[in-house]
Amino acid sequence: MLRRTLPAVLVAFCAVAGANADDKLLLKSVNIDLPNGDRMFEGPGSDAANNNCLACHSAGMVLNQPALSKAQWRTEVEKMRTAYKAPMDPKDVDAIVDYLAGMKIAR
Amino acid sequence: MKKALPIGHRNLASRRHFLGTAGAATLALAPPLRALADSMVTLPLPGGPDERQITTAFPEKGALILQRTRPPLLETPLDVFDQSVFTPNDRFFVRWHWSLIPTEIDVTKFRLAVRGHVNQSLSLSLDDLMALPRVELVAVNQCSGNSRGYFQPRVTGGQWSHGAMGNARWTGVRLKDVLDRAGVKAGALQVRFNGLDEPVLPDAPDFMKSLDIDHARDGEVMLAYAMNGKQLPLLNGFPLRLIVPGWYSTYWVKMLNDIEVLDQPDTNFWTTTAYRIPDTPRANVRPGQTEFKSVPINRMPPRSFITNIKEGDTLQAGAPTLARGIAFGGDAGVSRVDFSSDGGKAWQQAELGKDEGKYSFRQWQIRFAPLPKGSQRLMVRCTSSSGETQPEAPNWNPSGFMRDVIEQTSVAVG
Repeated sequence: MLRRTLPAVLVAFCAVAGANADDKLLLKSVNIDLPNGDRMFEGPGSDAANNNCLACHSAGMVLNQPALSKAQWRTEVEKMRTAYKAPMDPKDVDAIVDYLAGMKIAR
Repeated sequence: MKKALPIGHRNLASRRHFLGTAGAATLALAPPLRALADSMVTLPLPGGPDERQITTAFPEKGALILQRTRPPLLETPLDVFDQSVFTPNDRFFVRWHWSLIPTEIDVTKFRLAVRGHVNQSLSLSLDDLMALPRVELVAVNQCSGNSRGYFQPRVTGGQWSHGAMGNARWTGVRLKDVLDRAGVKAGALQVRFNGLDEPVLPDAPDFMKSLDIDHARDGEVMLAYAMNGKQLPLLNGFPLRLIVPGWYSTYWVKMLNDIEVLDQPDTNFWTTTAYRIPDTPRANVRPGQTEFKSVPINRMPPRSFITNIKEGDTLQAGAPTLARGIAFGGDAGVSRVDFSSDGGKAWQQAELGKDEGKYSFRQWQIRFAPLPKGSQRLMVRCTSSSGETQPEAPNWNPSGFMRDVIEQTSVAVG
């Protein structure tokens, strides 16, 4: 590892010439499978979050957010409902916000 | 959750047929291919959570920081940028807005539509595109929210460290050449770009971006069918991606299959509501401020990073030490890079590596002797060829866009 102390020899720039596209560049069809994400919201009150949030995105997105106030969580949930058209039952919004604001995430 | 996934929504099947892709975006049904968590990494973001998994579970991709599985947000670890100014395709960051991503693309059936305010609508195969004059350009692709996790106060969104960016040699055709074939009519205002990805929910806004007609026809904006000499990984937009040099990644529409010339301003959600920044220098407002005149995010300012010394490393006092990293000028080249080993009191000009073009990463390096003993902050500052220099104070806006402050790496000298 070229780290910290410099050897007597000057470390050369490790530029790798980007390979120029081959004139015979051929594109090949692709068929892949993508992982789905198996994390779920856990604990009391998590049903509303699991039922309403995971259609569009996996749980990790939420669990990676910084500490947010209840008002900030409500803004996020309302954005999902109004801007991104999440079909939430309005009574579920309160349940989701309560759950998210009460989450204990390791920080 | 399967019940909540309206896979058969809208006219998905007919649209796919029209597009000639047999891709079934059956993400919810696909089992995890490999263990998602291979190891963990600490980023570290102020206040946390700062632990992330390193994943190798995504096809055509190597080890990346898992920010979100579905739709994928995958970040390039900083040490990748220490290897080369070219980011390998399998380590290039990934960011999708909606999870209905075609997972199967037949190169013989794919078509690019060019339509709208043109003399003649086109339906171009990949062979048609590859028969047009071929151009190459090295350019940085950086997410609008790169480094969002360092905003203070923290803001919501993808909690990226500095790895929502990459640099590649893009090969393809000029957008101008494609538009000229269709013949843009007088009165054209903008060009709107759409890809094969679709929202899960029927009423949600399909992801589209647009450029002003003059920008679209500047001869630099291109359609890339190869990056670093190979076809794009599907997750980076195979088979065709818009390249908008010097502008943020949100404009670099992936799996591009539809180009629409508009004679009216684009009013779609992703232009009028999302990806907006304060209309202020450096998109900067008072922390917490949410009311301001906004404009669509656009060009990138200069940035620079130390890639061979990590936060928390210990350096030997007085010993000849190498610092090395990358810089880019945003929408201009790199004029100079300066380095400070004492928290910004004294600066030294670094040596620059090979110039791969004004839109590329440029490597820099410098030898220094860490002193005095104790905690020190290493800093690096890029000045672009247009004279723009990274500032000392961080910017703030509620979306966490456009971070460009001089970055710091805290080390122990002993």
